[in-house]
Amino acid sequence: MESFKTHRGLLAVLDRANVDTDQIIPKQFLKSIKRTGFESNLFHDWRYLADGKPNLDFELNQPRFKNATILVARNNFGCGSSREHAVWAIQQYGFKAVIAPFKEQGTSCVPAFADIFRNNGTKNGLLTVELKESEVEEIFQMVNRYQGLEATVDLEHQCLTLHLAEEISFHFDIDSSIKEDLIRGLDEIEQTLHAQDKITSFESSHNTQLPKHRV
Amino acid sequence: MAKTLFEKIWQRHVVSVLFDGTTLLYIDRHLIHEVTSPQAFEGLRLSKRKVRRPELTFATMDHNVPTDDRTVIKDPISKAQVEALTKNCKEFGITLYDLKSDLQGIVHIIGPELGFTLPGTTIVCGDSHTSTHGAFGTLAFGIGTSEVEHVLATQCLSQKRPKTFKVEFTGQLKPWVTAKDMILKMIGLIGTAGGTGYVLEYCGSAVKSLSMEARMTMCNMSIEAGARAGMIAPDETTFQYIAQGNRPYAPKGKNFDESVKFWRTLATDPDAKYDRTLTIDASQIAPQVTWGTNPGMVLDVTERIPEPDKVPGYSRKDVEQALQYMGLKPGTPITDIKIDTVFIGSCTNARIEDLRSAAKIFKGKKVAPKVRVLIVPGSQQVRKQAETEGLNQIFEAAGCEWRQSGCSMCLAMNPDQLQPGERSASTSNRNFEGRQGKGGRTHLVSPEMAAAAAIAGHFVDIRIWK
Repeated sequence: MESFKTHRGLLAVLDRANVDTDQIIPKQFLKSIKRTGFESNLFHDWRYLADGKPNLDFELNQPRFKNATILVARNNFGCGSSREHAVWAIQQYGFKAVIAPFKEQGTSCVPAFADIFRNNGTKNGLLTVELKESEVEEIFQMVNRYQGLEATVDLEHQCLTLHLAEEISFHFDIDSSIKEDLIRGLDEIEQTLHAQDKITSFESSHNTQLPKHRV
Repeated sequence: MAKTLFEKIWQRHVVSVLFDGTTLLYIDRHLIHEVTSPQAFEGLRLSKRKVRRPELTFATMDHNVPTDDRTVIKDPISKAQVEALTKNCKEFGITLYDLKSDLQGIVHIIGPELGFTLPGTTIVCGDSHTSTHGAFGTLAFGIGTSEVEHVLATQCLSQKRPKTFKVEFTGQLKPWVTAKDMILKMIGLIGTAGGTGYVLEYCGSAVKSLSMEARMTMCNMSIEAGARAGMIAPDETTFQYIAQGNRPYAPKGKNFDESVKFWRTLATDPDAKYDRTLTIDASQIAPQVTWGTNPGMVLDVTERIPEPDKVPGYSRKDVEQALQYMGLKPGTPITDIKIDTVFIGSCTNARIEDLRSAAKIFKGKKVAPKVRVLIVPGSQQVRKQAETEGLNQIFEAAGCEWRQSGCSMCLAMNPDQLQPGERSASTSNRNFEGRQGKGGRTHLVSPEMAAAAAIAGHFVDIRIWK
């Protein structure tokens, strides 16, 4: 897996909450048996008109976001189906990181990203960054005000910096194991198989409840 | 120390723990279907790895398969994906319930039917509705394709331990109100991310009274609240279900008795603590109908489409967008909304009890003019049972299409789709934009409500409808 340490690129904003994976990559593209070839399918039903021409009202089709590599969205990004194709499509389109806000609701906190989507992202080296709502709102405003705004996502220092004349930086929290997985970019299966003895040992005393004889 | 159902199962499956608490969990059951597995098997092939425990793995084909003529898959890409599964299962030694099998069906319907799903196990599948199996007191959740490959190769999964969330349904359901309405009500209350980071445990008198199939309906939609999983503690209802019939993977005789002894230890201990709790009075739940473009946008059937600035948890923009997509105006009574398509099926509501409920409504009645009704049994076994009971005759006499088993119109990866602008009453689990077909407008309801809408041509309050 490709590792992620730090990335500087153009920001693009998508002003929608609860972006589900059916929107990110509609079902007809899940028929592929490959991991590649999804770049033109990302956000398909929003991106294209019925006749296949680009929908110029769709944010990401705006010329100012061409070649954007950092996507900024709203809360609960990637909800719904577990399709990992959503992550593949986002990466193959060109995004290296997705930023979204967590929501504070009373005493609880609603995470920025759906669980399965965030896990799938980590397995593929796509960084998901969670910031406060006020911080993401600020990013939206800056992106809409300053054409061509770039940012650097620095995973090692857990910092997102907007490259304005006067730079603004935001700190983000991230699970230490997710951070390490992304920075090291290792083959997770290989890592697990290094601990094979532990698995074998576990199996020797664990009852999976599979009957010995099947009808 | 007092433990919850989730904690007991989690602790039994810990292989190792990392410095930050990330756990390597052992997986007892791995379910596979054709959509999320091809790249996983290809990965194994390229890295020259084998499936570690093929006997704990089984596969079926459900998402792409046609529900009319099963001898032909017209779409060449669908066909290729289904053929890839057949080839992969043969190469890696995995049991496959294919279209020739009498036991084929939607993966989350056949797992329990075949006794593959047992209390106290960990179950995963490359499909978010894997939470269904939690109805048996299993820790069951959906995973992505890379994780599918990881489980195939190692029989383990790296997981951060989720938090626990108790949802207690007190009282009892009133007539015509179902498990589908319970779970839709809950999602409406906590939102589509209200359960993110949590495993939900459903309990309380109303849950205890539910049959296994109804419990599966509830647990199935846990993911729509963002939850990792949804679980119900196993009890006599569970044990009776497992003992019933001839489930090839279920323990029998003395083994069954031994298993029951173990399963009885799994229920949450009386003093166990949860990270979060919610209580819902089941007797106050009315039949639910979703109006928007996610399952959290849901109301009682007696209510009206909301004003854009009056929906808690959603911005005015979110609501306006949803209403525009759905072609609905604020103030419209839900019972005024006409439908042109009804889909009774999916891993949420395509079991025999769902079909019996629908048949009760359809008996002696006719589908409204210009309404198309697809009734898709969840598995070949459900189909056979329904035919033995004569349900198919009731459906066909009413003017419904009686289909073969598969995921069908739930997600329209196969020929069963809504056309742009068509509006459905659907017993499935998602009403996202384009879910049932590009431009298709989905309203999620229970089987009873779907059947009644088919006859009336619009939504009705099933409690008072004749």
